[in-house]
Order: sequence, then structure tokens, then C-alpha cells
Amino acid sequence: MPGTFEPLPGGGAAVALDDVEISIIRSLAVQLLELIGPGPGPAGQEPADPLAELFADGPSEPPSDPVLRRLFPDAYNDPEQPPASPAQADERQEYSAEFRRYTENDLRAGKRQNALAVIRSLDALAPIEVGGAVLELTPEESRGWLGALNDLRLAIGSRLEITDEDDTDLLYRLPDDDPRKPMVMAYLWLGGLQETLVSTLMP
Amino acid sequence: MGGVTSPAPVEIERTESAEEVFAVPEPDVPWVTIVHNDPVNLMSYVTYVFQTYFGYSKDKATKLMLDVHHKGRAVVSSGSREEMERDVQAMHGYGLWATLQQDRK
Repeated sequence: MPGTFEPLPGGGAAVALDDVEISIIRSLAVQLLELIGPGPGPAGQEPADPLAELFADGPSEPPSDPVLRRLFPDAYNDPEQPPASPAQADERQEYSAEFRRYTENDLRAGKRQNALAVIRSLDALAPIEVGGAVLELTPEESRGWLGALNDLRLAIGSRLEITDEDDTDLLYRLPDDDPRKPMVMAYLWLGGLQETLVSTLMP
Repeated sequence: MGGVTSPAPVEIERTESAEEVFAVPEPDVPWVTIVHNDPVNLMSYVTYVFQTYFGYSKDKATKLMLDVHHKGRAVVSSGSREEMERDVQAMHGYGLWATLQQDRK
């Protein structure tokens, strides 16, 4: 079935993709990579020096882009429990900033790695029929894909401003001429891919 | 058990009651990792993450996922601040929206 991962005997998963689907996933993964950025710090500002990256502190301020803020949220700011006092607000901000300095570079590296794994496996596809290919993933590759698919859906969901369940329902009823329609179709399709991929990995 | 040195027990009994209210954070109050609801993450994926990362049973992972979905949040782990920072970082790695705080309730 198109857009559906099937478990492979002995572990792993496979999905048939046509050329358009391959290019959509690849292009979204490239955009995600560009958004996450190459080294420590925001995209494109510093040269990628592996040694500098190892020792560099991450940022202490939350990212300004809403997608990145969703991918790297404040660790000490409970969205449902606003700080009780200015002192508590300061404390949460300080702790969140410290957490960010020690974790965000690693988190960005992990997400980069997943997106890169997706691009590499698509580029390695050998077309077995006209206009498409069957992508086969090992369990290890499946885990990378699962993370990348989730990050892509978070990114698109954030761009589409999906903030509660009602927003998702609305998306299903968008008129065909709505400019968000192609992004919504991609979002729902990636959801199907992720849903079937996770079912092949369930312990 | 002749000749075998058994390790000392490392579990520390915590006896605080659920009603106890702390005005000031106490160093021995455990920290908790809270996962918050969002409409993007799939229910199956959230369950998968709880099973895979925490090693929870399918039942426990599903119950926590449903708590997140219906109540908007669930405490998914508790322990020292350092341990909870590790868990929150892992959750962010999986794309789940998690925060940590001292368990004052």
C-alpha cells in the first residue's frame, strides 16, 4: 500500500515510494537540516569546526523561530503553571538557560543526524521500477527515520499553527484552494508514514 | 552466604506524605519529569517513547500517554534533579514536550 510502512521478516520496515514522494521527503529533510543549522549556534553563523563544537557551550536564549522553540523548549517552564512570583520566573529562566547551554548542541546534533540519515537512505535508493522505489530500513535506520518524521511533523505543525486538537480537525476540512492545503496534505501523509513505522518498532 | 559480600542496600525509603506542602524547596524532595500534551505527536509514538526510553510496560506506557492526552500532562519519572534533566533532554530528543520541577504537591 502506498504511504504505508510494512514490517520486514527478521526486523526492519519497508515502504514503496514514488519519485514525487521521495523528493518531498528529501526536500523537507533538507529544510529541517537548514533550520537546525550546521554547528553550534544558529544556522549559518559559525563555521563547522568539529573541535570547537565539542567544547562549545550551547545558546542560553530560546530560539526566536517558533519551530525551533518547539523542538528545543524551555526545560524549566511549565506551560500550564505560570511562575508564582517574579523571583520564581527569574529562577526558571536561569535554570532553563543553563539547561540549554549544556544540552541544545547535543539535541541539535541528534536531530541533524536523523535528518541526514533520511537523506542518505533516499539517495541510496536504487529504482527498481519506473517512477519509484522500495525503501527498506534496518531497525536502527527505522529509529532514525521515526525521529526525523516526528521532527518534520512538529516543524510543519508549528508552521501551520496547530496548537490544539481542534486545529487538526479544521485542517481536514480546508477547501482545496487554501494556500495551506499542500502543507496539510504533506503533514497528514507523514503522519501515516510515522504511524505505520512506529507499529513496526513497537516492543 | 559464606565468602560472598552482599552489597549494601542503596534504596532510600521516602516517607513524605502526598498532602505535605513545602513552602521552601527541600533538597531531599524528588524532582519530576512532566510530559505535556501537544496535538502533533501521535499517541502510538508517545507510547513507544515511554516503553523504549523508560522501559515501561505497554500498559503503563499507554496509561501515561492517555493521561498526557486527556489531562494535558503526566509525571513520567521522578528522581534527582540530574536524573530528571537527563530524562527531559531525552524527551526533547524524541520531540516530546517535557519540563522538570521539584515535586511540591
